[in-house]
Amino acid sequence: MIDSASRPAVAPMYRLQFEQAQDAWVLLYPEGMVRLNMPAAEILRRCDGRRSVDEIVGELELAFARSALRDDVHAFLAQASDRGWVMQ
Amino acid sequence: MTAAAVKPPFWVLAELTYRCPLHCVFCSNPIDYARHGQELDTGTWKRVLGEARALGAVQLGFSGGEPLLRDDLEELVAHARGLGFYTNLITSGVGLTAARARALKTAGLDHIQLSFQDSTRELNDFITSTRTFELKSRVAAIIKDAGYPMVLNCVMHRFNLPHVGRIIDMAERMDADFLELANTQYYGWAWHNRAALMPTIDELRDAEAIVMAHRQRSNGRMKILWVSPDYADARPKPCMAGWGAVFLVVAPDGVALPCHSARMLPGLDFPNLRDTSARSAWFDSAAFNAYRGEAWMSDTCGSCDERERDHAGCRCQAFLVTGDAAATDPVCPKSDHRDRIDAMLADAGRRAAPAAPLRFVPGASQGGGLVFRGDAMSLALSDPVATRDPCPVIP
Repeated sequence: MIDSASRPAVAPMYRLQFEQAQDAWVLLYPEGMVRLNMPAAEILRRCDGRRSVDEIVGELELAFARSALRDDVHAFLAQASDRGWVMQ
Repeated sequence: MTAAAVKPPFWVLAELTYRCPLHCVFCSNPIDYARHGQELDTGTWKRVLGEARALGAVQLGFSGGEPLLRDDLEELVAHARGLGFYTNLITSGVGLTAARARALKTAGLDHIQLSFQDSTRELNDFITSTRTFELKSRVAAIIKDAGYPMVLNCVMHRFNLPHVGRIIDMAERMDADFLELANTQYYGWAWHNRAALMPTIDELRDAEAIVMAHRQRSNGRMKILWVSPDYADARPKPCMAGWGAVFLVVAPDGVALPCHSARMLPGLDFPNLRDTSARSAWFDSAAFNAYRGEAWMSDTCGSCDERERDHAGCRCQAFLVTGDAAATDPVCPKSDHRDRIDAMLADAGRRAAPAAPLRFVPGASQGGGLVFRGDAMSLALSDPVATRDPCPVIP
């Protein structure tokens, strides 16, 4: 379960960056890389330990002119948390 | 195969130096390393790293030898990080003080892989022919205190496989993020020492069962990688994920290679990045194209359903065991030479387990049926006028 008030951050084991050669955002970790799809990248880029989950949802709804992204963001963050990509 | 079909390298391994304070009996450096040319200077390394990054490479390992022996390591790390590489330091730990760990962190180093040789001081010190066990324990704490992700790497062989449970416990106590249990791959010094290092199939199965039990128990906090012992598993490894597919090694003297040991393969002229660009070496050189694709494969491999998974296995292993680098990897049950692998495993079964105790003797060049990696031994084993072959093909 993801707490709406928590302020997730990319875990220290991982580094998020844009890769020209992949034309994608990627998560780098010891000896490996995860290529991120667009929604995953847009969420993770906002996981800076300062924004709350609610604020991230609000920003994304505004940026992509979509409503009701809350469930998607929560589902992704739960998965990312299980994989150790983000800390709450 | 045309250049358009070849993807850029993903991984660059910068072997900064062959100098090393340790004398590990399974070292993957070439037997004749002491005869190789001068190390690249700082400026040339920076240019090479820049060229590799421009090709699209993302992961960079600083290795050796012992990379901490280069006093320009911090400068190279800072340069690589500035280029956008994810930077990995692959080290024995010798030379990693708290001050240097912090300086490397400031330079942008992302991760440290620390080698251990055993959970006991006696065997760690014997296998490396150095007194380094306590030092490595201190370095593990320094790495964690400095906030790095830490991978512990332990090469596994007949001497330490019975300790696998204690090695796992040790890695957990040190708060490692990953433990890589790297079953010995038989190249370089390990090939030379294969008779003494080779475990029996039963010893491997017992150790693997302990690893599996731990995985279930620990619920994935510390991840454990069990590198397949391919002789016993009888399944060719997808070596380097394919020749010239994702992995670019740059040797200390600047020679570009598709893996750590390919340099000993006959008939291939590997480009030197002192005078060849990384792009040209990767895409255009005959050596990097030699075993790309499938046209070179034997009929056995070319018609096999597994060829897209294992890329016909390892060229160096094929050469060492069969004398033909294009042969089917001899660990494969379909290989005409599988009997040679079975004979080596059967030989291990007939040998008594090593007689204890194995003691570190300062300055020893041999012990316990093993030769230690070192400059004098490298020169002796690769003497061009001597009649002995440093890597004899099994008769």
